Amino acid sequence: MLKKYGVWALVALLGALALGVVATSQGERINALWMVTAAVCVYLIAYRFYSRFIANRVMKLDGARPTPAHTHTDGLDYVPTNKYVLFGHHFAAIAGAGPLVGPVLAAQLGYLPGILWILVGAVLAGAVQDFVVLVLSMRREGRSLGELIREELGMIPGLIAQIGTFAIMVIILAVLALIVVKALAHSPWGAATVGATIPIALGMGIYTRYLRPGKIGEVSVIGFVLLMIAVMGGRWVAETPALAAAFTFTEVQLCWLLIGYGAIASVLPVWLLLAPRDYLSTFIKIGAIALLALGVMIVRPTLEMPALTRFIDGGGPVWAGPVFPFLFITIACGAVSGFHALISSGTTPKLLNNEGDARFIGYGAMLMESFVAVMALVAASILDPAVYFTMNSPAAVVGTTAESAAAAVTSMGFATTPDVITQTAADIGETTIISRAGGAPTLAVGMAHIFSNVAGGKAWMGFWYHFAILFEALFILTAIDAGTRAGRFMLQDLIGVAIPKFRQTSALGPNLIATGLCVSAWGYFLYQGATDPLGGVNTLWPLFALSNQMLAGIALTFATVVIFKMKRERFAYVTLVPALWLFVCTITAAMMKLFSPDPGLGFIAQARKYSAAMDAGQLLAPAKNVAEMNKIVMNGWIDAGLCAFFVLVSVSISIFAIRAAVLAHRNKNWSAREYSPVLEAEAG
Amino acid sequence: MMSSNMRGLLRCLCDGGRLMVGVPNYEVYVQHMGQRHPERQPMNVIEFARDRQNARFGQGGRGGFRCC
Repeated sequence: MLKKYGVWALVALLGALALGVVATSQGERINALWMVTAAVCVYLIAYRFYSRFIANRVMKLDGARPTPAHTHTDGLDYVPTNKYVLFGHHFAAIAGAGPLVGPVLAAQLGYLPGILWILVGAVLAGAVQDFVVLVLSMRREGRSLGELIREELGMIPGLIAQIGTFAIMVIILAVLALIVVKALAHSPWGAATVGATIPIALGMGIYTRYLRPGKIGEVSVIGFVLLMIAVMGGRWVAETPALAAAFTFTEVQLCWLLIGYGAIASVLPVWLLLAPRDYLSTFIKIGAIALLALGVMIVRPTLEMPALTRFIDGGGPVWAGPVFPFLFITIACGAVSGFHALISSGTTPKLLNNEGDARFIGYGAMLMESFVAVMALVAASILDPAVYFTMNSPAAVVGTTAESAAAAVTSMGFATTPDVITQTAADIGETTIISRAGGAPTLAVGMAHIFSNVAGGKAWMGFWYHFAILFEALFILTAIDAGTRAGRFMLQDLIGVAIPKFRQTSALGPNLIATGLCVSAWGYFLYQGATDPLGGVNTLWPLFALSNQMLAGIALTFATVVIFKMKRERFAYVTLVPALWLFVCTITAAMMKLFSPDPGLGFIAQARKYSAAMDAGQLLAPAKNVAEMNKIVMNGWIDAGLCAFFVLVSVSISIFAIRAAVLAHRNKNWSAREYSPVLEAEAG
Repeated sequence: MMSSNMRGLLRCLCDGGRLMVGVPNYEVYVQHMGQRHPERQPMNVIEFARDRQNARFGQGGRGGFRCC
């Protein structure tokens, strides 16, 4: 007994100690390593005990039962794969910008709420979702979430889920693009570096197509070297006045550049631009995450952000709303992310060599993703809080000059001077750091702090900052390109329900129409965000995260229904409790976003306030003219409509799910579509 | 001479890197074709890489879309 569990008891004790230090450090600053230790201990315990319980008791994984990789093996899509190799594949597919951005935004409450939700959410909701959906898809030939819902819940909920997924994708693409816009606006160094990735990727594409086909490793190394040259070259661009002027873009200009880029990139052949950039972004992402983890271990920075700030009750400048429900919305991907359900029902289930591997890959990879979120929270929390709030507050709060920003942030309770703000900007090779919302720039400053402490010192901060911006922009651009393509196929599929001709994906007409529709959809929200006088990120991020959490709720609800159908109702709480929690959080948040009388929080209240002012012939800050007033009103109504749409999707699927679960409960027999091993045994 | 452990690890890393961008092991594919479909000519390594690229990003390709 002691031999078996002794080491786990030690891990639990260490974890409890570390969590205790993190939670009770009011007033004194603690080392970031406490947070990292607490996280690792929680993950270890959860993996060893909870995921094992789910594997053995709830899902009853059976190592002897053949997986689709064996029954459908074709050497292409279905290949029995080594579990460590597959872990890498799956992790690379789920890790994106989300776990990096959400925790940075949530740091306005202090680090404590964020770390607690990241840990609890990942262990009890996120990893459970990824794992269970992976298993369910694995037992159904690797079908996608949409197909699974259609099979187990019915045609209509399947269609609703499909439409909902498309809407979520549009918002994701818009918010990701907005993060790039916010990071590159008025930054010639950043814009030149990220711009250089396009010719580099084109060159790599031609190289792998015609010169050395299939040499992925080789071309990636060449591309990486060129990228590092581009990062250094960016400094030279920024320091050469004529070039700096050519690469200085406003937010609106960048917005149009990205829309044009998305439209062109998504119709080019994949080998030319998308595939080579996919190599670069994937390998650099994995490398940068590993570097960050290593950097935190070596530098062991102190957390400067307090455990709790006074914005815990709402009224924070970064995003509006109190800790419940908005913390659970803001940090989506590091704790639980609906999009992972799409990945878990994508290519991974077709590659599993053994049913038992699903635990390590489904549950394990999500813990790793959650750890990335912890790193992002660390990077945001080691910054001077005054710098954090200067970077993340909208111009309406902090103004546009170092003086106004210093005054505004000091009045929030984080004393600072204009010098600190201009000096920080100069350190990282930028002209300004004010109102660089969106998470990416803040994370980049944090990463630059850590990396420059390991290598290069202060002189290299600019390099590291732009390296971090490049790494985020690179995989966001890949996501925009691939996402626009995927969105186009989804749209053609959806329109095909009414007009079957539209499904011909090789026909030029439907192809261009669907691409155009998809780009205009996300482009519209991007433009709204880029021109929003109220900031943009604080409107779009909640909408994105809300929809993402709703998708997670839908995936967990689906899993609950299947558990009922498998007649394992006594374990249904494993997916039901997180599903209910997400349902409560998302519906509450959506209702507040819709109906809160506070114009800073409620979309409708905001639209009404500005229309009333317009009727009275007044201008309300931050709008400077009637056109801007009109824009705020219209944005408010459109965002409210979208919010209501997401609620409708979520509620209607829940109703179908409850019906299906009740039917399954009354049924004395197994009714899941998967072939029942129990029935098989009885029949045999 | 490299130990077989070391070689196994390198192979694992290399396969992992390639699968991250959607290209599974070519030898496994050839072996599969030889065993199950000896009458058919397997794709050569370049055709194989192109086929996988299209499967990842092409029609109905759900592998290419990255998460948030």
